[in-house]
Amino acid sequence: MKKAELQQEAASIRRSLFDQGYLDEQFEELEGLRDDSNPNFEEEIVNLFYNDSARMINNLERALPMQFDKLDDYMHQFKGSCSGIGAKRVKLECSRFHECCAARDAEGCIRTFQQVKHEYTTLKRQLQTYFQVAKQADA
Amino acid sequence: MNLSNGKGSMSTVSSPAVSKSGDIVSDQFPAGLRVLLVDDDPTCLMILEKMLRTCLYEVTKCNRAEIALTYLRENKNGYDIVISDVHMPDMDGFKLLEHIGLEMDLPVIMMSADDGKNVVMKGVTHGACDYLIKPVRIEALKNIWQHVIRKRKNEWKDLEQSGSAEEGDQKQRPTDEVDYSSSANEGNWRNAKKRRDEDEEAEERDDSSTLKKPRVVWSVELHQQFVAAVNQLGIDKAVPKKILELMNVPGLTRENVASHLQKYRLYLRRLSGVSQHQGNLNNSFISSQEATFGAISSLSGTDLQTFAAAGQLPPQSLATLQAAGLGRSTAKTGMPMPLVDQRNLFSFENPRLRFGEGQQQYGSSSKPMNLLHGIPTNMEPKQLASLHQSTQPLGSLNMRVNASPSQSNPLLMQISQSQPRGHMLNELNVPHVPRLPTSMGQSPVSNGSPGSALGRNGISDNSRGAAYSSVPQTSSMLNFPLSQTTEMPASSFPLRNTPDMSSITSKGVYQDGGSSGMKGSSGFVLSYDIFNELHQHKSREWEVQNMGQNPSYDASQNANPLQGNIDVSPSVLVHQGFSSNQHQMGQNRDAASVGKAMFSLGEGMQSANFQNIGQHQGFQNTLLTDNSVRVKAERIPDANSQTNLFPENYGQEDLMSALLKQQEGMGPAENEFDFDGYSIDNIPV
Repeated sequence: MKKAELQQEAASIRRSLFDQGYLDEQFEELEGLRDDSNPNFEEEIVNLFYNDSARMINNLERALPMQFDKLDDYMHQFKGSCSGIGAKRVKLECSRFHECCAARDAEGCIRTFQQVKHEYTTLKRQLQTYFQVAKQADA
Repeated sequence: MNLSNGKGSMSTVSSPAVSKSGDIVSDQFPAGLRVLLVDDDPTCLMILEKMLRTCLYEVTKCNRAEIALTYLRENKNGYDIVISDVHMPDMDGFKLLEHIGLEMDLPVIMMSADDGKNVVMKGVTHGACDYLIKPVRIEALKNIWQHVIRKRKNEWKDLEQSGSAEEGDQKQRPTDEVDYSSSANEGNWRNAKKRRDEDEEAEERDDSSTLKKPRVVWSVELHQQFVAAVNQLGIDKAVPKKILELMNVPGLTRENVASHLQKYRLYLRRLSGVSQHQGNLNNSFISSQEATFGAISSLSGTDLQTFAAAGQLPPQSLATLQAAGLGRSTAKTGMPMPLVDQRNLFSFENPRLRFGEGQQQYGSSSKPMNLLHGIPTNMEPKQLASLHQSTQPLGSLNMRVNASPSQSNPLLMQISQSQPRGHMLNELNVPHVPRLPTSMGQSPVSNGSPGSALGRNGISDNSRGAAYSSVPQTSSMLNFPLSQTTEMPASSFPLRNTPDMSSITSKGVYQDGGSSGMKGSSGFVLSYDIFNELHQHKSREWEVQNMGQNPSYDASQNANPLQGNIDVSPSVLVHQGFSSNQHQMGQNRDAASVGKAMFSLGEGMQSANFQNIGQHQGFQNTLLTDNSVRVKAERIPDANSQTNLFPENYGQEDLMSALLKQQEGMGPAENEFDFDGYSIDNIPV
């Protein structure tokens, strides 16, 4: 019961993440890679992503004013990483950032970068919640 | 997607039989495919690894391109395919791609989050066999084995064509294949491949029926013979059949020669193309290198042989070479290679550095250098890249001097010839240089010339790349016609033009018969330069004639897989080394000749790789890679330890120096060889 409820809750959170565009099919791919040695593979990857991307976010912030080439480079890396976990919204904001960067739009870059960070942290929070519930559900 | 999930472990392979034609017959196929994964993003790396494991592939991952290259070099046959990200901090993915193509000729798949047309196109031009957009789905990975099969098939095809009996035997292949996989277990791919590689020479020649890709191992000596034959015939008129006849190597098929020739041509083209580009890179360095190349080019066939011999050139030969080179240089370019510095000739340090610079430049141009013949072919950037790369890792390079990579060497040489050679050389040489030494040392180049034992002895022992240093001493080998008239038989080679090189190329190109044909001019031209510097004009007695004969040239290098192959590398190295040394020597040294020499070396080394005739890149890359690797190997180790240069692969050094000298020699004897690094000895195999 409790377990079933938890499972339902987890499923519901998951569904909404997809519905709201936070996650895309790549996340499903990760789930599909679960196996005996990595029963929660997608969670592991997400954790790895957040750990590693913190560094990238730092790089971006440092380069913000306003080394466009570096920003472009870092963002490219960051975006690639995001795509790996299926962070759809974050990716979208990254693309916007790229456009500003290409246009050498400093203000645009700052603005879009804030949006990137916002989506990034929002997703992190939501995934944490999701994983927590899912774990409880499995426990 | 879920494949059998559950297993994270790959390779459940049991022992699939790999058919010679490259078809993995095993029912397990493609399970067990050995993938090398390179990506600096840990998230992606983990995801991909997981996906690949799910596909039952065997995965080795690394997050740095340099590390990947190290893995590849250490275990040449340990991987079937490489998947690499484009965007990496330590090395551009395309550069890695080039290196791999040159040195190992493995299929490489590029990946990136960037799906821009330009980037994808770049992947194509650099020779990637596929390009995946991130995020990569597992479905995309499931089929990567096709690239491995395809590549092998292409290679085999070449072999098949030559063997008349092969067709009939094809059917037998599967059974034969089984043998390969017997050891199995995970390895069928590996085993099969290994067996193939190992038995290449023997099998190919003798066993034409088995289609299993009998790769001909183009050792230095074999390559030298090849180059000599080509030079003798004239590059334009060199047809596989005649080359085969001239070479007179039992077991070698026309197909082998044809594919090798194709690669060689590409190599030469690249050299000339490259040389054009590079003009500006480290001039000094380049010039020296170019000189080397030029010299090398002229050596052409002879050179290679010489080189091969060089690998083995005993210290004496090196000396001879040097002398020759020196003599030549004075005559022509006056390359004053201070003999003393023989090591320097090959010392990679300088060239290395130069290369680095050069390479960068080149890299930017990313154009395949077409050293040879001035054909603006571009040397595949890959090659250049590899050159660069090689420089760096030289230290750890072990570029497999043997055989396969030898190609790169010739390329290097060629590159130097063509022109901006300096640039090229850097790139080429450096990486390749190391290679030569290894092989150089080993092959017992039996130069006909009495005196010249081209350092075979010395060189071969060292295999490490110190070969170069030995060059001066042996001088015997390099009998480069210091006189540089290089008339490279291959008229097409630009080398001819360069005064310096001229002698190299044509002359001695074909040493009749056994000797590697370095009859002096060709391959030795370069060495002359080196030698010149080293020895300051010793008499040319080095007739490196037997350069080509040093079959075991590459043996000396660490692992010289080439053993037994013609260690072209040494010669190649020489070229390379020269090029760099020659640095200033006529930038346009006949890189062509050098290239040729290099090429031949490379060819020899490559044997198997040549199969992909169609893959220019592969060949050239290989050439370059090989050469470069060789060179590098030689060089780098030497860079700091000049001493090694000579003692070790004397032969190589000799060759190289001879080559270089020639090139240079054609030019100023100042010998600025920066080639310290090139000492053949140092080729860390």
